[in-house]
Amino acid sequence: MIRLEKRPEPSRLWTATTPLLAVALTMIVGGLLFAVLGADPFEAIRTIFWDPLFHPQFAAYSRPQLLVKAGPLILIAIGLSIGFKAGIWNIGAEGQYIIGAVCGAGVGLAFYPSENVLIFPLMIVAGALGGWAWAMIPAVLKTKFGTNEILVSLMLVYVAQNVLIAMSTGLLRNPEGMGFPGSRNFKQWDAVHNAEIVANTGMHWGVVAAFIAVIAAYVLMSRHIQGFNIRLSGEAPRAARFAGVSPARIVFLCLGLAGALAGMAGLFEVTGPAGQLTDKFNAGYGFTAIIVAFLGRLHPVGILLAGLLMALTYIGGELAQLMLGLPGAAIQLFQGMLLFFLLATDVFTNYRLRFGAGAAA
Amino acid sequence: MDTPLLSINGLTKAYPGVVANDSVSFDIGESEIHALLGENGAGKSTLVKMIYGLVQPDNGTMTMRGAGYTPSKPSEARQSGVAMVFQHFSLFDALDVAENVALGMETPPPMRDLARQIREVSETYGLPLDPSRTVGTLSAGERQRVEIIRCLLQDPKLLIMDEPTSVLTPQEVDILFETLRKLKAEGTSILYISHKLEEIRALCDHATILRLGKNVGTCTPSETTAREMAEMMVGSSFAAPQAQNKVLGNVLLSVKGLSQPAPGSFGTPLREIGFDLRAGEVLGIGGVAGNGQDELLAALSGERLSETGMVRLKGSDVSRMGPNARREAGLLSGPEERLGHAAAPDMSLIENGVLTASRRMGLLSNGFISWGKSRAFAEDVIERFDVRTPGPHVAARALSGGNLQKFVVGREIVQTPDVLVVNQPTWGVDAAAAAFIRQSLLDLAAQGSAVLVISQDLDELMEVSDRFGALNEGRLSSIRPVTELDIEQIGLMMGGAHDMEVAHVDG
Repeated sequence: MIRLEKRPEPSRLWTATTPLLAVALTMIVGGLLFAVLGADPFEAIRTIFWDPLFHPQFAAYSRPQLLVKAGPLILIAIGLSIGFKAGIWNIGAEGQYIIGAVCGAGVGLAFYPSENVLIFPLMIVAGALGGWAWAMIPAVLKTKFGTNEILVSLMLVYVAQNVLIAMSTGLLRNPEGMGFPGSRNFKQWDAVHNAEIVANTGMHWGVVAAFIAVIAAYVLMSRHIQGFNIRLSGEAPRAARFAGVSPARIVFLCLGLAGALAGMAGLFEVTGPAGQLTDKFNAGYGFTAIIVAFLGRLHPVGILLAGLLMALTYIGGELAQLMLGLPGAAIQLFQGMLLFFLLATDVFTNYRLRFGAGAAA
Repeated sequence: MDTPLLSINGLTKAYPGVVANDSVSFDIGESEIHALLGENGAGKSTLVKMIYGLVQPDNGTMTMRGAGYTPSKPSEARQSGVAMVFQHFSLFDALDVAENVALGMETPPPMRDLARQIREVSETYGLPLDPSRTVGTLSAGERQRVEIIRCLLQDPKLLIMDEPTSVLTPQEVDILFETLRKLKAEGTSILYISHKLEEIRALCDHATILRLGKNVGTCTPSETTAREMAEMMVGSSFAAPQAQNKVLGNVLLSVKGLSQPAPGSFGTPLREIGFDLRAGEVLGIGGVAGNGQDELLAALSGERLSETGMVRLKGSDVSRMGPNARREAGLLSGPEERLGHAAAPDMSLIENGVLTASRRMGLLSNGFISWGKSRAFAEDVIERFDVRTPGPHVAARALSGGNLQKFVVGREIVQTPDVLVVNQPTWGVDAAAAAFIRQSLLDLAAQGSAVLVISQDLDELMEVSDRFGALNEGRLSSIRPVTELDIEQIGLMMGGAHDMEVAHVDG
């Protein structure tokens, strides 16, 4: 008989190695999946993990994409991870990200065609506020009426998508766009274009913000009493109340922070890589960021690495679709596997396997 | 009554670190109400769990009507005719009475028949209950009737009742006793677990008394005084607490008219609690579990705020202050539940030190935690309170109960509180650690702090307290010096002496 036995303390070794083990298991099972689909598994894995960075032909294009894709993932995941640490399950970052983009873009477009340098910072603030406000809806409902933030935040994603469609085909539509849906192109408006800071690196302001967020989150969670209170609320809610922490305040703080960071990520995306507010500029970063947060063990540095890894599978996945004709769904499955294996191997952090007959009850 | 219904011979059950039952033997006759009497932790629960098949004994045998009886799970016990009403109900609020009863049955009859059976049983035994009512709308007493009827439908030979009156009003207690007598008249035996002496004297034919896992005597309650039973229950060791001549200082904590609604459906409301606590004094508050101990601690620690004027510390009103503001003002507390309330299980001892000491010990600057100072504080607690641990970085849940308790009590004492409130400071702690913690509380009082000890352990309260009061259904009895009290009076205070028939011995 095999059974699980609780460890007296979480194993440090397993905490560090489960992400690596999860990546390895994903490669093996993903390889089998690709083999079943008729592709050479080794080539498929190489195309996903190696070629985006080192392929002689494609790397020049795909290498900068790494930061372009990792930036929003990391920025959103950092916000989410702080909430997850407190046991607040904000699943609706995608909605906060969309509303941030809509608000930021809307504020900017109100000043078109001014070239004032203050417009872009103002848009960032508006984006953050938009995401924050969207996250306040589940926060208020949770603290006032005890609703479940998982459901409310998730449902608000679909509301946000409809707001986005309404805005990009209505109020914010480009008046000179021949009736096509979508806002003005921010790439053609220098004052607000979130361009690459260093050419061909993919480094834009959103990536800078992501790096700052990583450092700030690290300091907050490891040194500041608020970070301590957030962790305490997640670990032992009753002990947190005993320590004088107000549960409602933690809900507002965590959801607000995650919303603001997601909203900011949306603004950077719409003014940078996407360039235009359209009904599908969003690309699902808000959902993928959940995987990134967990893959990174809810630790800022882990999230930084996980965001880069996840971005790699995005780019590699596209490359694999192109080169090997693998279906897009197979790539998404591959990414989902990563979270699946991570959660599965995570058990060993707190439990150990015991073989042999246990005490039969 | 030649062959007893259930005969228990030398049952022994040990858990790591504690022998819960040490060769306990007694018999329950046919048509007998048999009391199982003992303090919290005396081993009553473990014993009935073995009878009900929830726990397997390490040693010893049971025979039912002469045949061997070894239930390995509750369903086997039920098949043998043993039914049990637990202290905490397992009912679904959203379902109605009949549905709840059906859920507990192995082969429930059709709903309409079941509703009819419930109605019949409830009328026969004088337990009025409508099978179509939603359980969420029922009072505690009515919920208990659901559990009892669920048991009676199995037509049991032996009905085990675990502290059935702890959730009942006096009127409901009367109804319950009528039912139990009727059951006895029909030939059902009842094993009745309680520590309320007067109830047992009124109801039970025989009583077996457990202390520290051992059977210390069997008696006929109607022929034994409450005092004799109480002495058997707690041992004679605390009969004469030595007189303490202390010079008391100013009133540090003053509580007046403290009332609060129950925090949830299982909580207890606090009703008009009032007392003064002076510098250098230890006030002991006893009472049966669930009579408002947790709620009183939360009201004093600041986890639940009370109305203006109810709680005063050194003359200033702290009723509306949260836990941190009260700590800064000098009022510290230690809750009963070590893991999850007093300490976060997966956090290190350093972090658990920060949990209550961050402001009072200056571990913060501009909101940033100084981990160096925090480690020094944790190490100080570990050293002064002899906490056995590999180091301060160890997670709280890795410590044994006694060591963690020394840490969480020590954590508050090291902060030199003006007033310290602790609930069950030595619950589940080995004797050496318990003695150490009690001595620390006495030392703290000797240095001029005021200490409030809430406990269910009477020995402990008699050892440390200068004055004693008891909580009963959220009310605090009058507070009296321990030197004036004898065991009978203490028992009466704990039972809420005002509505007990022998109230004349009081005073």
